[in-house]
Order: sequence, then structure tokens, then C-alpha cells
Amino acid sequence: MEDSVIVIGGGISGMTAAGILAGNGLKVTLIERNNKLGGHVADWFRLFPDRRKASEVIDFLNASLGNTEIICGSSVTGIINHENSFTVLMDNAEPVTATALILATGFDIFNAGKKEEYGYGIYNNVITSAELEVMFSTTGSVLTAEGRPPSRIGIIHCVGSRDEKVGNLYCSRVCCVTGVKQAIELKEMYPSSQIYCFYMDLRMFDRHFEELYYEAQQKWGINFIRGRLSECAENADGSIVIKTEDTLTGKPLKMSVDLLILLAGIVPSEGTKQIAGMLGLKTGDDGFINSADGHTRDNSSGIPGVFLAVTLKGPSSVSPVIADARAAAIQAITWLRSKKNMND
Amino acid sequence: MKIEGKRRIWDDYQKEIAGDNYFYVRSCVRQNFFPGAEKTFLRYMAELGKNVFENPSHTTCTGIGYHSDIVPFKTAMTMVARQFALMTEAGYENFVTSCITSFGLYTEILDTWSHFPEQEEQTREHLKKATGREFVKPKNLAHASDVTYKFRKDITHRGKYRLVNKDTGLPLKVVEHIGCHYSRMFPSKGVGGAEYPYVLVGMVEEWGGEVIDYPERRHCCGFGFRQYLIQANRGYSIAASKKKFESMKSYKPDMILTNCPGCPMFLDRWQYAISEMEGITYGDAGQGIPVMTYEELAGLILGYDPWDLGFQVHQVPVEPLLDKIGIPYDPEKKFLDINGNAMGKPKSPSYLKFY
Amino acid sequence: MIDFGYTISNDRQTDLDRGDMRYFEFVRAIDPSLDICIGCGSCTATCKAGNFTSFNIRRLHTAIRRGDPGSLKSEIKKCMFCGKCQLACPRGVNLRNVILSLNRAIERLG
Repeated sequence: MEDSVIVIGGGISGMTAAGILAGNGLKVTLIERNNKLGGHVADWFRLFPDRRKASEVIDFLNASLGNTEIICGSSVTGIINHENSFTVLMDNAEPVTATALILATGFDIFNAGKKEEYGYGIYNNVITSAELEVMFSTTGSVLTAEGRPPSRIGIIHCVGSRDEKVGNLYCSRVCCVTGVKQAIELKEMYPSSQIYCFYMDLRMFDRHFEELYYEAQQKWGINFIRGRLSECAENADGSIVIKTEDTLTGKPLKMSVDLLILLAGIVPSEGTKQIAGMLGLKTGDDGFINSADGHTRDNSSGIPGVFLAVTLKGPSSVSPVIADARAAAIQAITWLRSKKNMND
Repeated sequence: MKIEGKRRIWDDYQKEIAGDNYFYVRSCVRQNFFPGAEKTFLRYMAELGKNVFENPSHTTCTGIGYHSDIVPFKTAMTMVARQFALMTEAGYENFVTSCITSFGLYTEILDTWSHFPEQEEQTREHLKKATGREFVKPKNLAHASDVTYKFRKDITHRGKYRLVNKDTGLPLKVVEHIGCHYSRMFPSKGVGGAEYPYVLVGMVEEWGGEVIDYPERRHCCGFGFRQYLIQANRGYSIAASKKKFESMKSYKPDMILTNCPGCPMFLDRWQYAISEMEGITYGDAGQGIPVMTYEELAGLILGYDPWDLGFQVHQVPVEPLLDKIGIPYDPEKKFLDINGNAMGKPKSPSYLKFY
Repeated sequence: MIDFGYTISNDRQTDLDRGDMRYFEFVRAIDPSLDICIGCGSCTATCKAGNFTSFNIRRLHTAIRRGDPGSLKSEIKKCMFCGKCQLACPRGVNLRNVILSLNRAIERLG
């Protein structure tokens, strides 16, 4: 059978992998359950640290797809492993068979409604960072539920991450820098507003991130208060009262904000959970899929011919996703071209 | 506010509440503060045709002592075991408590026994040695407010009044306050969970009122046992209640509804103390915000005489609320005892209106 | 007036809706470098006065920014203006100027 690859998941990870494979002359099929490619990044406005447009990355990846066969609007319902090939069954398309698989089913945003005390879905002026990005990229205007420009904005870090109560002990990695970025974007939009970031730790892990934090403080006057949000309530005018501790002064603190933004974390997507089940892949306690070896074989699943790309392995920012997806594609190509090598 | 968001949470936290044949245990101190409350519960349960049984030799659950660091947990467990033994001996399996701290303590003990069966065994031994009694754990444990919540629609059917202002036709604004021990420790054991409890909201909605959500809704009233038992500590207790009043006042509530014995006592009496200390009153024109328990409110809805419900002993006058709803009462009978003899009148407070 | 034997306790909560931001705003107009503080505590760790008295420069300047001057006036007198805090600061906060400006703020605002 001619060598071919099916990439499951049409976010930037899957798109990147498909592009590399197609560029190397392989027959590639890219399957995406939503009606368009691009995953979460397609909904975002600007990417950290330099705030370039997310659409530029999507355009680049689209342009690289080459001869990839794209199937949108279909979910994978089953995978048959024939030892020398795989058949992928879908709910809305004919089955496709290929000699290798790349899994790129990615993540979902944590459902902030699970943090009952934060009032998401109950108080009108509580939104998530993902919803804020959509506001930036669609209407370009951010208003309170009452239709007014917010003069005080609160940004809450670690929502659904590092939280035993919701069963997510891990750090979602990208939220802190997202919070800093969005704080700057909001301050640009409303220069006279007061913006407060409430954090436990500030995870500025990558190049230029710490400088972004410095810029947020020095140039934009963003306030950073170290203390986790414990509860929200609503004032009569719809503004949100928040209670935290200012751990650096050692006193409980409360304030009203016109708009509260929750940096909701990253959880394994429904697709990731299903695909793990279909193939019998091991997941960690955090629900993400384990690779064969976290250092030396991080794109291998343990099943010959099945390769993994973040973020189904864990939270990540855009640059490492693209790098990892390229690595998964190269692994697949290497394996296909030297089939005798059983150590994929 | 998106009420559907709250309804979704309320749907997540539903609990089993038994339908009949209750073994009822009273609160230690409630009948001092709100003499009519427990009696009213028994009265309307009887009217609804339910069997509520009490054994006069039941005692305190010792929750008040346990939470004041006076009674050790082992003792509390044995006392509770005795209560269960009385229930078993009377042939009942549905346990209903009048006090919310009791409810919290019974829930905590049953939970402890489920995780540490050796504690349960040891308690059985202690009880046998001390009293010769044996017990079976209750099949269903509920608070009297849960039971009233369960029958709130039946109360509406038989009800004569609704929580509506008779002059404006608008629903009355009700602040609901849940006792700390109801669902904070075990959110799944409270109707509606810990963040947005529904047990009192359900009653108010059913009886025609409008529930107020204000920023300090979740705040403790300051009761806390240790905090107020010693006079020097009471400043903290009263400050907690004052914080709540300051937060709710801009919403102009018509009344406060609670389901704990201590909370209404504090929310009612502290309005008096705050007025004497600082000259501040809440509510319309120095009248204060009337506070009542769910039994008293159910009694009003059902048309019982307000003086039979014990409103004479409330510090904040309830008469303005009765006037708003249109419930008749005889002011002359307020300070007459059960035989119609004058009991004498209390002194009038300096700032809080007095009827 | 009835003597109840106790008085209503004060609220310890910092209320950012109602803070006294005058001192911070006065200082900030002269020297905005406090904005870049990350609360690491290097200043307090090395402070001579802080080692032997209750003076905690980090907590003090954080509290000012929360509109909670508290015992600012008495505490700031303990600073000997040696500049070790500024030497230790990894972010480059001009702490000596901040403290000088705070003193001026107290003179001006009371």
C-alpha cells in the first residue's frame, strides 16, 4: 500500500504536521470535527509576546497545506489497526485508510462554570479570556454587559489550573502571559482604566515574557496583586465585588470591578479523551496523553505508526506547538521510510 | 444576573429528603430566642398529615459545646449515638433536626464513621457501656428547613397570604441567610450546594417573594459559639453582622429569612445593639429589617396568629411587615400571656422603633 | 448609652473601592519607579532598620499602593536612608527617591 498519513485534528498542530507531510510528497488526509481549520488559534486576536496577529500564523499554515485532503465537519468514531495500516471511521465521511497516524486532537478551555464561586454564567460581567479574545477579534470593542466601557477591570489567574477542587493540579502554562498581554491590550483600549491582575505566581517562562511583564508595569501601569480570588458577588449596578488576600501586605482585600476576566486554563479536549480510548493510549493523572518517552521519544505513542503532537500531551504556547507538530511529522516520515526499524 | 446559571447549579445539588415519619430533635437554645418556631413546625407538619415524633428524653447533640472547644469529639459522637438509639427504639429511620449546627454535626459524624468504621465501633461500645443502648444509623438525615422546602408547594396550597406588598402588588424583597453548618462542610448535603444554596430561595420563590443577592450574602452572621460566648469577643460577632447589614441596605430588603437558630438571633438582636452603640438603624425609617425563621414564615403564610408564632419576642418589630402583606394582628394582645393576663412591656429602645 | 462591655470590631479588609491613594499618587508623580516592583522582598531582607525593628519597607510601600497607609508616619522615621534597599533591588526601583518623596508627601498631606 502506498505510504500515506492521516492527521486527526485540524488545529495549528494538525495543520503544521499535514503541511510538512504534504511538502515531503506524502499523501495526507487532515480530519477536523469543526467546520473550519485553525482550532482555538483561529478565534484569537494577537499572540504573545510580540502581539502579532494570530491570523498571520493561520494564513501561513493554510498556505503550506499543499495537496492535503481536508475533511471538515466530521468526528472520528473509530480507528482500526490492521498492523500495516490504519482505517479511520467517521460520522460524516467515508472511512479513510493510511499507513501512519498523527494525533493532534488538542485541548479545550476549562469550563469556568465549574468554579461556582466565581459566578461565571451567573453574573453578567464575568467572562473568560477566550471570550475576550473573541471580542477583540470580532467587534474590536469590549464593553460591560450594561454596554459601558469598563473603568476597572480585574484579571484572575489560575482558573481551573493548579486547583485540587476541580481535579486539575497542573499549571496550564500559557494563561499568565495571556493575562499580561490582555491587560496591556485593554489598557491600550482604555488608557484611563485601572487594571488589576490577581495571581498566585507569575509564570513568564519564555523569551521576552518577563520583559512583557516589565512593560505592563512600567509603561502601562497595570497593577499586580498576589492573591487568589476566593469568591465573587454582584453589586446592584452589575459590577463584580471580588475578595482576595493581598498576600504581600497580609490583609484580606476586596474591590469592585466593572469587568472580571477569568484566565480559564487548558484541559484535554473531548477529542483527545475519545482518541485515547479508541487506541488504548495511556493518559497521565492530568488526563493528557503520555508519550513513549518524555525526553527521547516524545512524539511516539508506543503504538508503531501512531505519532503524537501537542497539545494532547499537555498545555503549550504556539511556537512549541508548531515545532512539536513538525517533529511528529518528521518522525512519521522517518518511520515510514525505514519500516524495518521497529523502534519508532 | 443569569438565573439559568444558578438553576444549573441548583439542579446539580439535589438531595434525598424523606417524605414522612420523622424523628425530630430540638435545638438547645432556640426556644429561648424564638419560642414559637419549633411548635409551629410541628403544627404545620401535623396539618399536612405528616407524622413527627419526639422523645422527651432526647438531649442536646452537644454541637454548641463541641464548637466551643468544651466537648471533645468522642463525647459528641456518643451523645449523637444516643439520639440515634432513641430513634431506633421508637422505630424510626428518618432523622430531622431543628438546629443547623446539629445538622452539621450529625452529617460530620456520619461522614467520619463512613471513613473510619473503627470510630463507629468504638462509639457503639461507649454507648453500650454508658447507657446499655444500641442504635441503627438513620436512613435519611435532613434539616427541618429541608423538610419545609420539600412541602413548600403544599404550604402554598393551604396558604392564605403571599410575600407580596398588598399596596404596590410587587413581590417583597427577601434576604435569605443560610447557617454556616448547613452546606459549607459538605456541599452535597445541602439543597443547592455551598455557593448558591436553594433551600430558602425555593421557599421564597414559591411563596411569591423576590430573593436579593447582595455582595456579603455568603458572609457569616458572626455567631460562631466561641466568638460570642465570651463577652470580650462579641465585638467580632457584631462586626460580622454589621458588615452584612451595610451590604444589604441599598437593596432595601423587606425582611431577612434564615434557617439556623443562632443566625436570626444575631441578625435580629444585633440591629438593636448597633442602634444603641452607633445610632444606626436599617430598613424603613428606623424600623429595622425584620428577621424570621422559615417556620415563622411558613406559619404566617398559613395564616396562623402572629402572636402564636412568637413575634412578641423579636427585637426588630415585625408589625410593619405584617402590614405590608396585609396580615391582621391584634396589637392589644401582643403582651398578654396564654391566659390573657398582661405580661408587662419591655423598655423601648433608643433608636429602633418599638410597637 | 448602654455599656455592652464590647465595641464593634474594625474591618481589617483593604477596600480598594475606598483607599487613601493620596500618598501613592504624590510619590508617583515625582518617581514612578515603584510601578515595576515585583514584591520580591530583597529590599526588606537587606534593610538595617528592618533587621532590628518592625520596619518592613516592602510591606510599607505595597500598603501605600493599596491606599492603606496605616502606620506609615511612624514607621518611615525608622529608615536611615542608607540605600542598601536600592542596591539590592533587581528591578531598579529608585527606593531612596521613593522614601524621600514619601517623607515629602507626609509633610505636605499630613
